[in-house]
Amino acid sequence: MTKLSTKHLLGIKNITTEDIHLIFQTADNFKEVINRPIKKVPSLRDITIANIFFENSTRTKLSFELAEKRLSADVVNFSASSSSVKKGETLVDTVNNILAMKVHMVVMRHPNPGACMHLQRHVDCSIVNAGDGAHEHPTQALLDAYSLREKLGDLTGKKVLIVGDILHSRVALSNIFCLQKLGAEVRVCGPATLIPKHIESLGVRVMLNLKEALLWCDVANMLRIQLERQDIQYFPSLREYTMQYGLSSKLLKEIGKDDLIIMHPGPINRGVEVTTDIADGKHSIILDQVENGVAVRMAVLYLLAGQAKST
Amino acid sequence: MLDRLAFEVYEQHLDFSNMAFISIQPRGLPLGKRLVQKLSNLVPDQEILHGAMDVTFYRDDFRRRDEVLVPSATELEFSVEGKEIILIDDVLFTGRTVRSAMDALLDFGRPKNVELLVLIDRRFSRELPVQPDYTGRIVDVVKDERVKVEWTADDSNNRVILFSSDQ
Repeated sequence: MTKLSTKHLLGIKNITTEDIHLIFQTADNFKEVINRPIKKVPSLRDITIANIFFENSTRTKLSFELAEKRLSADVVNFSASSSSVKKGETLVDTVNNILAMKVHMVVMRHPNPGACMHLQRHVDCSIVNAGDGAHEHPTQALLDAYSLREKLGDLTGKKVLIVGDILHSRVALSNIFCLQKLGAEVRVCGPATLIPKHIESLGVRVMLNLKEALLWCDVANMLRIQLERQDIQYFPSLREYTMQYGLSSKLLKEIGKDDLIIMHPGPINRGVEVTTDIADGKHSIILDQVENGVAVRMAVLYLLAGQAKST
Repeated sequence: MLDRLAFEVYEQHLDFSNMAFISIQPRGLPLGKRLVQKLSNLVPDQEILHGAMDVTFYRDDFRRRDEVLVPSATELEFSVEGKEIILIDDVLFTGRTVRSAMDALLDFGRPKNVELLVLIDRRFSRELPVQPDYTGRIVDVVKDERVKVEWTADDSNNRVILFSSDQ
């Protein structure tokens, strides 16, 4: 197996467990590369990649851009706020115009779920999903699982808890698919209003009490409360959320689990999902996640680009 | 053949203190290990540096093959800055791997000089101007035939095989 089963990375749901392992194996090599004095390899020097972001992003965009540059690809950036999308151009037209300028790959974030899937049917290039609405965020899930694999080894049978706003979270859905494909057991925990109705059909158990849930798990992935998506009141106040579902060192001490691993996809609302001493403490692997993000994205781009034979 | 190669290297470089051997992954590694073993028997009081380098990301045939090339590990536990380097690979064919190895090596620093050691030199098939400094054996093979070096763990059945590509 030296090839991904797909031409695009649209979601974790569409790739196989072997694909995930191949990506991880390649990411190991790139992790070594980005720790060298010269952090750049010439693999993708004849490739141009367009980063198309219809939604704001700092970490993901920066991480993709760094990954592309460290592979020596040429990068063009595009953000919707300053573009002809404002003038009423459709998504397919926008992307086809970009492709007409001889771009090989597209990395896209879009607020609508399924935007990448739609695009894939209409344009001829490799597409990497960098988040589509509340649907999937595959590279985030891959880097989360990669960081866990680094800490815990094989993920088979490991217990991972996802805490917070499951309803609006693309990270949660991709993480559930990815971790289940790697053999881990996943449960979610959060206010009942922020748990999607049919989540149990994915084989995920819902827990409403954070303390009980933490006693069960090996890893807690604390999702960000997406303040910009709280269009109706899902919980009475942020303070009440923090009291129920925020992680503090006091709570951690009560549980008495010294080997618990704390993750957060960022950006952190300090003092809401986790307190500052937890975010910076020894349990946290938040900055490892960011470092691995570049290596994992390099692996994804390298493997996808390598399949498209140049003509 | 290995003994002779080891002696040749030893005659050229009596002092190994500023030298390092770098095997090109994956097929240069078994050769490099055995060669360094022989050399440390010759000069038991000197420490010989040996690393492995993967050059997949530097190759020029990326996107020109059907399969994606899967890399192996790079393990260079020392700095190459100012060192005399000997690159090691099993078969020298087109010279393209060695070209990418030189690119990769220069990304780790500026060596004092670089030499090339190969077990088998397919001398009439070069596509780039690359010549070895130490050669185990020269073989003349037509281009679409393949040469493969096989090692066994206990060295009892090491062999070089030649076969046509349709086999």
